[in-house]
Amino acid sequence: MGERLDVDVAIVGGGTAACAAAVALRRHGLTVAVLEKRRCGAGASGVNFGGVRQQGRDLRELPLSRRARPLWDGLNALLGEDVEFEATGHIKLARSEADLEFLERYRIDAAACGLELTMMGADAVHAELPWLGEKVLGASLSPTDGQANPRVVGPAFARLARRMGAEVREHTPVEAVAHTGSGFVVTAPGLEVRARRLVNAAGAGSGLVAASFGEAVPLTPLSPNMLVTEPMPYFVSRSIGVCGGDVYVRQVRRGNVVFGGGGGWQDHERGLARPNDAESLGGMKRTLQVVPGLAHARVIRTWSGVDGQMPDAIPVIGPSRTTPDLVHAFGFSGHGFQLGPVIGEIICELLVDGATPSPIEPFAIDRFDGLASAAPADAPVGGSTHTEH
Amino acid sequence: MSVAKLPHVAVVGAGPAGLRAVEVLVAGGLNPVLIDEAPRSGGQIYRRPPPGAERPAADLYGFEAAKATALHGLLDRLGDRVRYRPNTLVWSIEGKRLRLLADERFDALEVDAMILATGAMDRVLPFPGWTLPGVFTLGAAQIALKAQGVAIGRRVALIGAGPLLPLVAHQYRKAGAEVVLALDVTAFLPKVIHGFGLLNAPATLAKGLWYMARNVLGGVPMRFGARRLRVEGTDRVEAVVWTDARGREHRVACDAVGASFGLRSEIQLADLAGCRIVFDDLTRQWQPERSPEGRSSVVDVYLAGDGAAIGGADVAELTGARAALTLLADHGRPADAARIDRLDRELARHRRFRRALEAAYPFPGHLLDDLADTETLCRCEGITVGAVRAAARERDVDEINRLKALTRTGMGRCQGRVCGQAAAEILARSRGVPVETVGRLRGNPPVKPIPIEGGL
Amino acid sequence: MTPNPTPRPGLFHRLVERTGPVLRFEIDGVPAEGRAGDHLLTAILLARPDLRRFEFAETTRSGFCLMGACQDCWVDLADGRRLRACSTLLEEGMHVLVEGRARA
Repeated sequence: MGERLDVDVAIVGGGTAACAAAVALRRHGLTVAVLEKRRCGAGASGVNFGGVRQQGRDLRELPLSRRARPLWDGLNALLGEDVEFEATGHIKLARSEADLEFLERYRIDAAACGLELTMMGADAVHAELPWLGEKVLGASLSPTDGQANPRVVGPAFARLARRMGAEVREHTPVEAVAHTGSGFVVTAPGLEVRARRLVNAAGAGSGLVAASFGEAVPLTPLSPNMLVTEPMPYFVSRSIGVCGGDVYVRQVRRGNVVFGGGGGWQDHERGLARPNDAESLGGMKRTLQVVPGLAHARVIRTWSGVDGQMPDAIPVIGPSRTTPDLVHAFGFSGHGFQLGPVIGEIICELLVDGATPSPIEPFAIDRFDGLASAAPADAPVGGSTHTEH
Repeated sequence: MSVAKLPHVAVVGAGPAGLRAVEVLVAGGLNPVLIDEAPRSGGQIYRRPPPGAERPAADLYGFEAAKATALHGLLDRLGDRVRYRPNTLVWSIEGKRLRLLADERFDALEVDAMILATGAMDRVLPFPGWTLPGVFTLGAAQIALKAQGVAIGRRVALIGAGPLLPLVAHQYRKAGAEVVLALDVTAFLPKVIHGFGLLNAPATLAKGLWYMARNVLGGVPMRFGARRLRVEGTDRVEAVVWTDARGREHRVACDAVGASFGLRSEIQLADLAGCRIVFDDLTRQWQPERSPEGRSSVVDVYLAGDGAAIGGADVAELTGARAALTLLADHGRPADAARIDRLDRELARHRRFRRALEAAYPFPGHLLDDLADTETLCRCEGITVGAVRAAARERDVDEINRLKALTRTGMGRCQGRVCGQAAAEILARSRGVPVETVGRLRGNPPVKPIPIEGGL
Repeated sequence: MTPNPTPRPGLFHRLVERTGPVLRFEIDGVPAEGRAGDHLLTAILLARPDLRRFEFAETTRSGFCLMGACQDCWVDLADGRRLRACSTLLEEGMHVLVEGRARA
């Protein structure tokens, strides 16, 4: 047998939520081991669109998202590096009367959660964003939303966790997890970790961990398909989404325009993904209709990755129903980037206090009991085939 | 491997390898598609000037005029047995589907098999001043002359680490340009030591010596073993400065520089096609794994020419024919055993020559050790050497894709073609590990920029 | 958009004279001439020492590899098109913007 670690908390997975949890737990003086199969922040945390968005979220997610938002203002100071967060605002476009009604209903519901959204008529939208296509009938603006660089956030949390004394182990694929009565045993090649408590934050791999404790979940892999243009003069001043979620586009200050299109190819065996060219072409067409000013832009790169998708497109967050001292946090279904920092805090609260002030009841792991073996297509899904990012 | 149905085959690249491949495929009864980004066949080495800039083959290709002319006439001889698609970029490969861009419009092509003959570009290493206007690759200096009849400046300095240097110097001088310096950053001694190995291709060796001799007779100052190389100038090139083996500094005024340090394979399409990519100790480069017969690690994807391993134009012709013969055999078509035997013997001889050549021009890693933190490493994104070293030191970066994610190195328009190898070398040096352990930049589509409106 | 009052000399130097037709084009509104068979990059660099502004610093670029690999020579035309100058033939009437579309 190789190395052995004894810690208070073992965390399976090394994404933003996992590493933020490690940071929060270290603050409480607990010893922590983070076990990441590849590189911290290189999974869904690192390959997503980079939207720091409250608007458009499932209302059940909104309280968490509201709590997460102020954390972003302090991330640079916390992490000691620039995560390129900018509150550019997020504008969700309506392209039909039905879209407009949908946005107005959402505005009222969001206000009840404390999120102020501003409805804009067609004239106002075109006055502010004259480069938008003709079809836009109106929009909803969330001025406090914005964007950040997803490639740097997760790794920065991992380094902070390490600086604070957490054992952060990359290239450490967990092979088995078990509860022995006195605690957990987590094994990886050449490493055995004994922990009093366990966190399952392994993204697309979380289903296997949950199943090890008799909690099978209908988690399926989800792969974004992202594109970026060469640097252009800055003009996309807001992060843009649409009702239906099939177009999302933002521009970084350096000039590159980032947008999405459909989903990538999945390599289930290796847990990897690659961009899907047909989806990229579709995304290019749709984005160009919304932002005709990109007509002469050239795409220089596309990418993908793997996230975990739940049938109802909201995550699993909360204590295990079968095993004491086990907390799950996974299945962010393509929109976990903004939540990552707060999920770390919530995990810590659940482990240290046994409870969190945030309303996590909707994210219970057993909400699909009896459906776990059903094919994803049979499970309840949202109204669209596109994932809002 | 059905014999009944003729496989639909695409050959990517119309240089010496791709052209010889389609010739063999046609002789074997197939009707291949030949896709090439350039408007006319010939590849970079036998590149033809555009209409209006034509010149006699002897002027353009020197000793190689006959080979060039033979290859240029090849597609005419094959006629409509080859579906030739010039001006067409293959920007991605998914399985056996090629994604194309022609005339700013997207297209796709499904094939049963493909031969990738994607060629090479200059191997670029940064040095102070390398992003100044007026600094080009050595290959660019040659293309300016061959394809356009222009010199890159009025007083040109050429810098290299390989046999291209004396050749370009000779070509420039012959065309009437003023070459003020031909500077080799490798020492002269290894060229003598490995002279016996170079005898495996005596004609090539003789040509190299002849170019060097002509340069000397023509008054081109040739210098070896340059260290601490830099190009001076504020908004344009003013001089090349270097230190010789004895530590003396030299300065030569000039207004343009052609500089590069060997060649590197264009492997992006092989990567996207799923080919296993392996590290080659000799050239310190990542290359698609290729069997002596021309097979990649992926069934029905074959590799030929400099795109698979740097070997030069003559080897490219041989490997192009060889890969095509293997493809024919794999698909149940009769293959000429005697020709295969001949090709394999020729290729073995060239491999010995290549090994000696690489040893004669060792990788000039000292250029990277000499770089100050403030120098530019990634010219697309303007990322400095210091940013890479800091990432290695302070941000736990020990792998090149992580370096890209955190620093944008290799993330720009060229997708790491130009800076990828230097970035890996600098990262490895900063970590004190062998360069192969920091990995290589993973390829993603598109291999070159594509128009967002290409599908409308 | 101010045209350079004292145009600096070109970088490239033509060694082989052309006999084909003269092609007129513009650089930032200033008339220039090339010859049939010239690449856009050649025509620009015969007229001036660089061909585009670099996005991330107050410097300019003149292309690098001339074989369509390095992507360092993409230039703007006044009609909005973006062209890789080393692999595009000069056409009569092209209007290249070098200073014109400065970075944000």
